[in-house]
Amino acid sequence: MPYDNQPAYDRLVFELSSPGRMAFSLPESDVPVEPALAAVPEKYRRRQPAALPEVSELDVVRHYSRLSQMNYGIDTHFYPLGSCTMKYNPRINEDAARLAGFARLHPLAAEALSQGALQLMHELAGMLAEIAGMDAVSLQPAAGAQGELAGVLMIRAYHEARGEKRTKVLIPDSAHGTNPASTALAGYEVIEVKSDAEGQVDLGDLERHLAADVAAFMITVPNTLGNFEPRVTEIAELCHARGAQVYMDGANLNAILGLTRPGDLGFDVCHFNLHKTFTTPHGGGGPGAGPVGVKAHLEPFLPVPVVARREQTYVLDWKRPQSIGKLQAFWGNFGMHVRAYTYIRTMGADGLRAVSENAVLNANYVMKRLEQHYDVAAPGPCMHECVLSARKQKKLGVTAMDIAKRLLDLGFYAPSTYFPLIVEEALMIEPTETESKETLDAFCEAMIRIAREAETAPEAIHQAPVTTPVRRLDQTRAAREPNLRWRGQR
Amino acid sequence: MSNVPGDLKYTRDHEWARQEGGRMRVGITAYAQEQLGDVVFVELPKVGARVTAKQAFGVVESVKAVSDLFAPVTGEVVEANADLAHKPEIVNQDPYGKGWMIVVTPADAKQWEQLLSAAQYEEFLAQGGH
Ligand SMILES: Cc1ncc(COP(=O)(O)O)c(C=O)c1O
Repeated sequence: MPYDNQPAYDRLVFELSSPGRMAFSLPESDVPVEPALAAVPEKYRRRQPAALPEVSELDVVRHYSRLSQMNYGIDTHFYPLGSCTMKYNPRINEDAARLAGFARLHPLAAEALSQGALQLMHELAGMLAEIAGMDAVSLQPAAGAQGELAGVLMIRAYHEARGEKRTKVLIPDSAHGTNPASTALAGYEVIEVKSDAEGQVDLGDLERHLAADVAAFMITVPNTLGNFEPRVTEIAELCHARGAQVYMDGANLNAILGLTRPGDLGFDVCHFNLHKTFTTPHGGGGPGAGPVGVKAHLEPFLPVPVVARREQTYVLDWKRPQSIGKLQAFWGNFGMHVRAYTYIRTMGADGLRAVSENAVLNANYVMKRLEQHYDVAAPGPCMHECVLSARKQKKLGVTAMDIAKRLLDLGFYAPSTYFPLIVEEALMIEPTETESKETLDAFCEAMIRIAREAETAPEAIHQAPVTTPVRRLDQTRAAREPNLRWRGQR
Repeated sequence: MSNVPGDLKYTRDHEWARQEGGRMRVGITAYAQEQLGDVVFVELPKVGARVTAKQAFGVVESVKAVSDLFAPVTGEVVEANADLAHKPEIVNQDPYGKGWMIVVTPADAKQWEQLLSAAQYEEFLAQGGH
């Protein structure tokens, strides 16, 4: 049981506060304090002290240690959250990221003093470009969504530079929500393209929408149903013939490393989620990183600065008049670049290919074991993840959400639920390559047990979870009446 | 099977329309609100805005998903349901009544004929509703 031996703990650090308690004692100041305050104009001064928690060092240590014990993460549990690639993050990444030359380097240190870091960024961009079959990569974006924004802005700049006015971007109805969001943010109108019964792009619908005002088509490969789009090269050719660019959402790259490359399939742009495929921490342990790769015709538009090599030295190249500009503080989340670089160098080309082969094998193993118990959203074999539908269970009164909650009691993080939207009662399972057969079996057995409970004791599932620090949360009320901050008792 | 009132017309995007004099009242169907689950937020156009048939006129957000609302007809918005701003749950409770969304003056009254009848919409649902 996941939370056995965990005393319930639900305090906020503010609730531990006791007036006057503190975690430090500084020597008496030997310089006057008043003049500093006097430098702040009256209207900007606080009338009351800030409501910060007043706690001892031990209070702080205990509070955060207990919270960390309640954490549910890849280091403690199997985490088959589809589309998120929650794989093991090798500890050697952390060793490299903590090297003082990287960890203590100020981002504004002179180029001459930052050569190692710049070299690492230059080489990482080169390795990612090779993996994806792209000509150039920017490491700046801080997440997949920002990579998408950068990619779509480059596409816009490209069309504008050619004097073409295109106002729409086509996106399949199976897409992740960030695709339409980043596209709209880049100033485009989003047009939804239908999927066929198998969850693949409906070529007829795509062709109908591919008018002269379409700037790009954005698609996830493998798609969000975990299947490779068999007509992907045809799709790319169709788009190019109408002057539209093709963008590959690279969130599912873990399925194709060393097997195929977006660039070879005909894509003009693709992003990478380093926190998925390349083992940098995902979720609370972030921050993320979402480098974006482009073909040569889009290279002039890359965000500035670009890390460039000039003979034996590495420089930050700001003189790029067609650039879409700077997107992110400093040069992106550099600590993540160190981790991803370490991962790629320790795995090597053969290792990365084995990653995808095993990720695909594991997902198919799970799908095969569960297909008699749950409906499968699209016929297999699948790639790195499989999407089940709990529509059978729903008829018995047990929804995908109920199944997800029950899994928590049985010691597993839940799969993604209700995504992709085109699948009724979706349960999207991505086991990743770093799980053993024993873990996969234990998970499958828990899923099979829940399918049986749905038939024999659905009420018990409605009660779940019962072993977690908090029981089922009222999602609806939380969304209708959000209560986002502690209001205090003073 | 979901409730599909016989006197309304429907779209393949699961909106309904009701004729009221020269105007049309518009909302989402019982099937749509069941699929969405608990509605937590509805964004509607302002009175006076123009809407275009088959194009988005607003957004409905539930605990599961955010979806566009598609206009059944082209025309001008003459009323929008202000109650939905603080009581989005009425979309779930009464989708064909208090949970209505907008009232439109259609640019062309003939558009009504192009919408699905209750029988056609029921058949569309029976085939899976996509
Ligand atoms: C298919 C897909 N696209 C895009 C994204 C966005 O990536 P990020 O969360 O890094 O912004 C995700 C993230 O979960 C995803 O699953």
